[in-house]
Amino acid sequence: MIAALAFYFFAAILIASAVMVVTSRNPVHSVLFLILCFFNASALFLIAGAEFLAMILVIVYVGAVAVLFLFVVMMLDIDFARLREGFQRYAPVGAAVGGVLFLELLMVLGTWRFADDAASLRINPTTPGGISNTAAIGRILYTDYIYLFQASGAVLLVAMLGAIVLTLRDRPGTKRQSVAVQVARDPKLVETRAVALGAGLDTIGIRRPLPPPEPPKKVEHAADHAADHGGHH
Amino acid sequence: MTEPLLAEYFPILVFLGIAAAIAIAMVGGSVLAAHQKPDSEKLSAYECGFEPFDDTRRRFDVRFYLVAILFIIFDLEVAFLFPWAVTLGQIGWLGFASMMGFLGVLTVGFIYEWRKGALDWE
Amino acid sequence: MDAFLATPLGILALTVAKALALLVPLLLAVAYLTWAERKVLALMQLRKGPNVVGPFGLLQPFADALKMLMKETIIPSGASRALFVMAPMITFGLAMIAWAVIPVSDGWAIADINVGVLYLFAISSLGVYGVIVAGWASNSKYAFLGALRSAAQMVSYEVSMGFVIVTVLLCVGSLNLTDVVRAQEHIWFFIPLFPMFVIFFISALAETNRAPFDLPEGESELVAGFFVEYSSLSFGLFFLGEYANMILMSALVTILFLGGWYPPFAIEPLTWIPGPLWFIAKICFCLFVFIWVRATFPRYRYDQLMRLGWKVFLPFSLFWLVLTAAVLKLTGWLPA
Repeated sequence: MIAALAFYFFAAILIASAVMVVTSRNPVHSVLFLILCFFNASALFLIAGAEFLAMILVIVYVGAVAVLFLFVVMMLDIDFARLREGFQRYAPVGAAVGGVLFLELLMVLGTWRFADDAASLRINPTTPGGISNTAAIGRILYTDYIYLFQASGAVLLVAMLGAIVLTLRDRPGTKRQSVAVQVARDPKLVETRAVALGAGLDTIGIRRPLPPPEPPKKVEHAADHAADHGGHH
Repeated sequence: MTEPLLAEYFPILVFLGIAAAIAIAMVGGSVLAAHQKPDSEKLSAYECGFEPFDDTRRRFDVRFYLVAILFIIFDLEVAFLFPWAVTLGQIGWLGFASMMGFLGVLTVGFIYEWRKGALDWE
Repeated sequence: MDAFLATPLGILALTVAKALALLVPLLLAVAYLTWAERKVLALMQLRKGPNVVGPFGLLQPFADALKMLMKETIIPSGASRALFVMAPMITFGLAMIAWAVIPVSDGWAIADINVGVLYLFAISSLGVYGVIVAGWASNSKYAFLGALRSAAQMVSYEVSMGFVIVTVLLCVGSLNLTDVVRAQEHIWFFIPLFPMFVIFFISALAETNRAPFDLPEGESELVAGFFVEYSSLSFGLFFLGEYANMILMSALVTILFLGGWYPPFAIEPLTWIPGPLWFIAKICFCLFVFIWVRATFPRYRYDQLMRLGWKVFLPFSLFWLVLTAAVLKLTGWLPA
């Protein structure tokens, strides 16, 4: 009863914020509504008993992916008024594509057949022997689904390489610190001395020689000049 | 089945409510209690002595995106590690080797990054 | 009474009471942490620190709070008003709700969820939002630059923190925080996993934007970083949130590495002290180290900070994770 109420509550917020994502004018607000969507989806996962997925959804999507989205919409200087300019012109094409996709989805759903026990499994993820669902995932993901798991590793590798190839620009004239070179420098080039506590530079005799005293004449002349200058006014 | 699970998460909702109440009470209380007398100089963005001359929201170094993308990838890697760490005792050497293969593939990517200088910040 | 507590309203009342019993002392602790920080820093620098308001300056935090309450709330003219007001609330709220799962003593966790470790990891990865939203909403260059730096820094250290947490989980075999502490009844994890303990502590410094990683707030170049435009209690909320986060990180270090509520040795005089006191004492020790580090080390340069996170901590913690897994697997010491 409470679970059902909670489900409708979170589902309603989820859909409302999803609508806000596509309708709000400011893209930053869109991303923030998207984050609200993720939180509600995570709450729905919790209601379904999938605590691990709920937390991972927050960690990965809210904590990482949405941060990237925010970076992009906050900092890419996109002129959103210009992006909207062609809306009238492209609307029929967009509607046509959307319609075709919708029809295809309907056809897929029309021939979809549910397994006999699917309905009873819904929102009732029973794990054998009362083990937590994190452990239940761990027991099959790395062994039974090893190929898919390795494939996901390969996908991540491609993503990593792609990000570097697309975004990394070598800028000429930048200075970088090379720690290895610094550490490997010839110690004889710099003399290091152990200085006793409280010893002044005079005591250990490494003070630089004093500059030669300036001739007093020059000072006199300058003072003369200043006085002269003052006299004028 | 899921009711006791929800009961365990209920206190988090309570904490959220209390935190929101405290935060709103503090900001609202300050707005009510303090004397508000805004003027255009007070409300302009802080600069070192001159008028702000353009909008702040502009293009930034692409390096920040690269950091964000690499973070997503490593975060996913950590996400895969959690169930593995919990069940390593039950999944045998195959499970162990499977994860080593996964980490090995990503280490290749990491070395590539390092060699390309993507981890350097200038 | 018992009948009332079984009703939904009773459960709600009990939970609210429990939450307040944790949050009110926490807020007091935050207030006194600011006092303690100033006092400890002063003593380390041969000064006196706050000593005017009340005996030993003990009423100073309240004087500060009252001062901030009476300040004008300024919302810059170019700012996004709603987000500008929300940002400090996000930071503060996250620092508060994380405490729902912290087991102060055996069975004292208010929300004893199965995935407590993941919950805390999620909360700490959300900490970026208060910062980014504040920096963007203020529409000020310093705030924005500070927010960017801060966000990049926080995510960079998040990864190695994740690896460290997974290493601890290898030794525990459960994601429940109470189980994590129980696994340390005989030996605290900071002994076998000492390098990971060091990495985790340093990453915690970076996550909370504390010295020597306080670049986002670098006064000399960014005036105050992402909260330069904030005044009054909006600023106060950021302040409270940051210090509450410090306490939270200390609690996390205590749970993961310092044996939670267990005394160092299970011998007579030490076991007389109740568990929560041990827990608090360990948190205080961590907080002292936080302040000590601030008094000792100069600020990092940004490129060095990124280098430390990505090129030192990340590969090293990954290596240590694999090593720990291999050793546990070979010796058969893995928790069943």
